[in-house]
Amino acid sequence: MDLLRFATAGSVDDGKSTLIGRLLYDSKSIFEDQLSAVEESSRRRGDAVVNLALLTDGLRAEREQGITIDVAYRYFATPRRKFIIADTPGHIQYTRNMVTGASTADLAIILIDARKGIIEQTKRHSFVANLLKIRHLALAVNKMDLVDYSESAFHRIVQDFHEFASRLDDIAEITAIPLSALNGDNVVEKSDKMPWFKGPSLLYHLETVYTGGTENHVDARFPVQWIIRPQSAEHHDFRGYAGRVAGGVFKPGDTVSVMPSGFSTTIDKIHLPGGKEVSEAFAPQSVVMTLKDEIDISRGDMLVKSNNPPNVGQDVEAMVCWFSQKPMDPRGKYLLRHTTKETKAIVQELRYQVDIETLHKKEGVPTLAMNDIGRVSLRTATPLFHDSYRRNRLTGSFVLVDPGTHETVAAGMMV
Amino acid sequence: MPHYQLDHLDQIEAEAIFVLRETAAQFQNPALLFSGGKDSIVMAHLAAKAFWPAKIPFPLLHIDTGHNFDETIAYRDAFTEKLGARLVVGHVQDSIDKGRVKEEKGPHASRNALQSVTLLDTIEEHKFTACLGGGRRDEEKARAKERFFSHRDDFGQWDPKNQRPELWNLFNGRHHPGEHFRVFPLSNFTEMDIWMYLKREEIELPSLYFAHQREVFARNGALLAVSPHITMLETEKPERKTVRFRTIGDVTCTGAVESGASTLDEVIAEVAAARQTERGTRSDDKRSETAMEDRKKEGYF
Repeated sequence: MDLLRFATAGSVDDGKSTLIGRLLYDSKSIFEDQLSAVEESSRRRGDAVVNLALLTDGLRAEREQGITIDVAYRYFATPRRKFIIADTPGHIQYTRNMVTGASTADLAIILIDARKGIIEQTKRHSFVANLLKIRHLALAVNKMDLVDYSESAFHRIVQDFHEFASRLDDIAEITAIPLSALNGDNVVEKSDKMPWFKGPSLLYHLETVYTGGTENHVDARFPVQWIIRPQSAEHHDFRGYAGRVAGGVFKPGDTVSVMPSGFSTTIDKIHLPGGKEVSEAFAPQSVVMTLKDEIDISRGDMLVKSNNPPNVGQDVEAMVCWFSQKPMDPRGKYLLRHTTKETKAIVQELRYQVDIETLHKKEGVPTLAMNDIGRVSLRTATPLFHDSYRRNRLTGSFVLVDPGTHETVAAGMMV
Repeated sequence: MPHYQLDHLDQIEAEAIFVLRETAAQFQNPALLFSGGKDSIVMAHLAAKAFWPAKIPFPLLHIDTGHNFDETIAYRDAFTEKLGARLVVGHVQDSIDKGRVKEEKGPHASRNALQSVTLLDTIEEHKFTACLGGGRRDEEKARAKERFFSHRDDFGQWDPKNQRPELWNLFNGRHHPGEHFRVFPLSNFTEMDIWMYLKREEIELPSLYFAHQREVFARNGALLAVSPHITMLETEKPERKTVRFRTIGDVTCTGAVESGASTLDEVIAEVAAARQTERGTRSDDKRSETAMEDRKKEGYF
């Protein structure tokens, strides 16, 4: 079965939890004991209605404060597809959690309150989705029941959004759906309250939208993760390179170059985990390759097709989202993790910060604080083999780690 | 399925294999937590595939409460031998004998919570830097927020409000001496995915998962097995029933369900139609609303 990973951002007031609760409940992914536990909690808390947010906000602090803090992953399935939801908070102070949830998503649901229209938060969520190169947006125009299911209200919002979205460069497709999560209109079933709407229900859209995944199937990239040498009698000379294909297609007989040494060799065999031999490997498969020649290759090296090499260099230009409470040190040294490689990196320059409320560039800012997004240049201690993030999410992304605390302090997308 | 697109089981398998290899690469001394339950069986099966044709480069670790189903231990020993894996066992009884923990008293006594202490002691004794666990995010609301690479401080505690962000497939396993990680390669598997994967891979399971005759009694809406490890109340009456287990843990807190499902296909059909979560039969989760989060903070699996 097909798998779709999508992200949602929002807070309780937007009806996000109600919407997710309804998708889960109506697709029968909520169980009786979960529902009765939530009913019991709601009663104890004195909530007037069953608070579906309690299904998703699982941490003690979240339940106490009534907000979503961290990314939660939810699962449901219909006969057509399996779904993984990255359920993220909507407030500006949790932008980093939104970035995290969006990093693995094929599609984002942007929740809009039909009474409020396009607001600062809508723009921020769309900006983050676009920054992470989510190419499919579903505009869930919620609370239609509170605007009398008005067709003109819906169209005004869609028009406003298209006007704004023309500034976002990488969106391939936008589908807008008027709905009421509370009443279930157009969530799973088409609603008879909005006969003027000819489009699909939200669930039908999620089940059928073609995204083609986020993988790159053009530029062959294989970051070596682990060397398998059994040294057993049966596999005496076996030397396999294990890893996950990060882009393109590899076949036995292909001429490949090893980065950074530059040596060329030929792929001998490709095995799936467990040993089955295959005639090709593509992203995101985990495989083991054997090569015709014995070459010194270690973790962090990359096999690529000789006629299509990645960028190689120590200077990196990237959009960075800052994650740590401790602001970026403008001349700081960090550990940079990219594919299976780790190297030291120093911040060269903070070129500008993006004001995520107005989407304007702010130049001359001294640093990036938690949840800030900006463009930086970095210099690494050893060369990286990389592509632009727009071309390949896996070879174009990195995280920065504080060498003292070992915390992950930032995420970067190479320009 | 279009060319160059993987179906969902292949995708989550590839992801789990990547995480297992990443664990071997980033940690000096990992171990795989093996309980004999279906999730840890799938995880060990994936580990064997991940490092083929070499053996799994780390041991399996079983925390033994001493209150097991006999079938579990027999299965564990046969399975590890088949994989050619090394097995390390930490005994809760040892922790009790050393006075590290106190055995709970009364009819609801369980060694389930005591396991955390034995686990942390075993980790310290063997200097394990990462423990692979079979936890899944669909199991429980606190687990839905868990990372693949989950950091534990010097005291083995989980700090859910201060977790390391995880993006793309970049996992940060850096740690200071004394700290360790829990790693969850099956994070994105659901209960249904586990069953479908068991079927696809033709993995043999302990007989407990299939319908069999057993002496059971009802407590708090669950059916518990009659066992020397559980004291029955006077009002509780044993009955012989056809049952199976949806999860397998310690005898004292794992409930059975009435079921006639005796093959994998019948079990899958039953799971698809179920209206209760599999942990609905686990009395350890029912102790409070955030029982799982609280136990995890203390170092539980």
